[in-house]
Amino acid sequence: MTTQHAPDSMYRSTEGLGIWEHRGKVAAVGIGHSPTARRWDETPETSMGAWSILALRRAMEDAGVSPDQVDGLVVVPETTTGANWPEGKALPMDVVNAFNTTSDPLDGVAQLSTEWLLKNMPELTNVKFTMYAPVCMSAALAVAAQAVGDGLTHTCLVLKSWHNLEGRYYQGGANAEDAIPGTPAIRNLWGAPASYGTALQFAEYCRKYGKTHDMMAPFMENSRRNGLMFPEGYWAQHRPERLTEEDYLVARWIAKPASLYDNDIPIMVSGAYLFTTAERAQSMKRKPVYILNHATSTTQPRSLTPTLDEVEEDTARTARKIYEGAGITAKDLSFENMYDGFSLFHQFHLEGLGYRGIKFGEALDFYQTDISIEGPNPVSPSGGNIGSGRSRFWMHTDCIQQLQGRAGDRQVTGVKPEIAVSGGPMPTGGSFTVWSATPD
Amino acid sequence: MVKQGVLPDEFSKPFWDAANDERLVIQNCKACDRLQHPPLPACRRCGSEDSLEWKEMSGRGTIYNHGVVYDCPVRLLQDDQPFNVAVIMLDDDPGIQMFSHLPGAPVDDVPAGASVEVIFEASANGQKVPEWRVTG
Repeated sequence: MTTQHAPDSMYRSTEGLGIWEHRGKVAAVGIGHSPTARRWDETPETSMGAWSILALRRAMEDAGVSPDQVDGLVVVPETTTGANWPEGKALPMDVVNAFNTTSDPLDGVAQLSTEWLLKNMPELTNVKFTMYAPVCMSAALAVAAQAVGDGLTHTCLVLKSWHNLEGRYYQGGANAEDAIPGTPAIRNLWGAPASYGTALQFAEYCRKYGKTHDMMAPFMENSRRNGLMFPEGYWAQHRPERLTEEDYLVARWIAKPASLYDNDIPIMVSGAYLFTTAERAQSMKRKPVYILNHATSTTQPRSLTPTLDEVEEDTARTARKIYEGAGITAKDLSFENMYDGFSLFHQFHLEGLGYRGIKFGEALDFYQTDISIEGPNPVSPSGGNIGSGRSRFWMHTDCIQQLQGRAGDRQVTGVKPEIAVSGGPMPTGGSFTVWSATPD
Repeated sequence: MVKQGVLPDEFSKPFWDAANDERLVIQNCKACDRLQHPPLPACRRCGSEDSLEWKEMSGRGTIYNHGVVYDCPVRLLQDDQPFNVAVIMLDDDPGIQMFSHLPGAPVDDVPAGASVEVIFEASANGQKVPEWRVTG
């Protein structure tokens, strides 16, 4: 079976499409997570491939679905947190040979194919539909939701995995060379780290609206607090430490005004979900969480890096798409779980959504109010990447768990969990899902 | 600070050849009369590949924004940390951005909105690179 990348037609990326034709007819019924680790210890048991299998099996178990019932598999093939397998480094053949292999020995180690998964999960005997989605779980969820709605699959696993190798983030490859090719040099010669673009937008935001970096502290404390109540996450599992306002304010800069804690910590982790039709979900183990819409932004900046104007125009446009397809307004959101990995753009997502009526330039003032899970205006109850490490899927898991009433210590208590939105990654490019406790 | 060397490829060669001649050129679509940077194989507006040209710029611009890099992933620049990375918007078209280390400007003391002019600096392999100097 050859797996194709999802065509553009599967994403709802323009305005004016109306209510999503499958609104309330697709449901999430299972969640599976692997453990987390800061970096791979190069054993087979903790390889990205092994944890992918574990997450998929846990998602099926969580849903009470047997493997032979699964007929679809949507996977993100890219698994890097920033490091690829170093050129010239010997392949870990003991790991490679611990699994059934494909033609690429890095499959299951530093990338992932559906072929590798199906070869190593012989229990998936009835998978007839496979598809790739790019980079993030958010895109994979959009593809899976559309595929189930369109009838391409009725019981579909969705997977995103991350490998994180030894060495410092992004410091190998071209960045270690004495010279680089001319086309990427036009952008990369100046040595800006990954969070630089977001730092620029945040700096402009602060100048325009008279805000300061210090005003991010309540959001950061709240996100780590929520993350420490996320037992699947990195900080809860390995470093159960609060992040105080003082910790945040004295942290070293990475790309000022982005500090160490404004950058999410790269980790090893795999996450999986099981989607099915609303009809089939009725007979499954878990309370279904219905999908009211998915929406995608594919906006490109005019030049090297998005300006604040470009960001604000696009987050507002994305929100209109989200609400239009779901048939809801901002007032219908019980809470939000928009992406945060870099923390300094979470407010762009919030302001675009108009969450709790906030307008452009008001989110940092909003952060100074009660944004906890106990209050009436929960912000990022998952804790996001800031609270649990770089997965870009804690936000989706949290929406499902909150609406099922099984978020544990993280369960929101200041609002009734009925409708929520999650997605990302970037304010100017990403996919978003609207979740609901009921199909209507 | 000396940047990584540049190995011009077929696509970017006109940009880098012009830099060696101390001229700043930016890709332009003749059909749309619209600049685009970074360069692309086709015009982002009309999709044309045949109407693209390299157009010489005035070499003047404005500092639009800046950040200060303390944790640089590029090995050759790490001894120079912290350093400015500014975004310049060209006077010829303020929608077009270029990055700059702003040679001569103090770290984190960057006058937003200040005028700048292009200069050309040699990179590690001698290829000249457009940079920007504050003029007022």
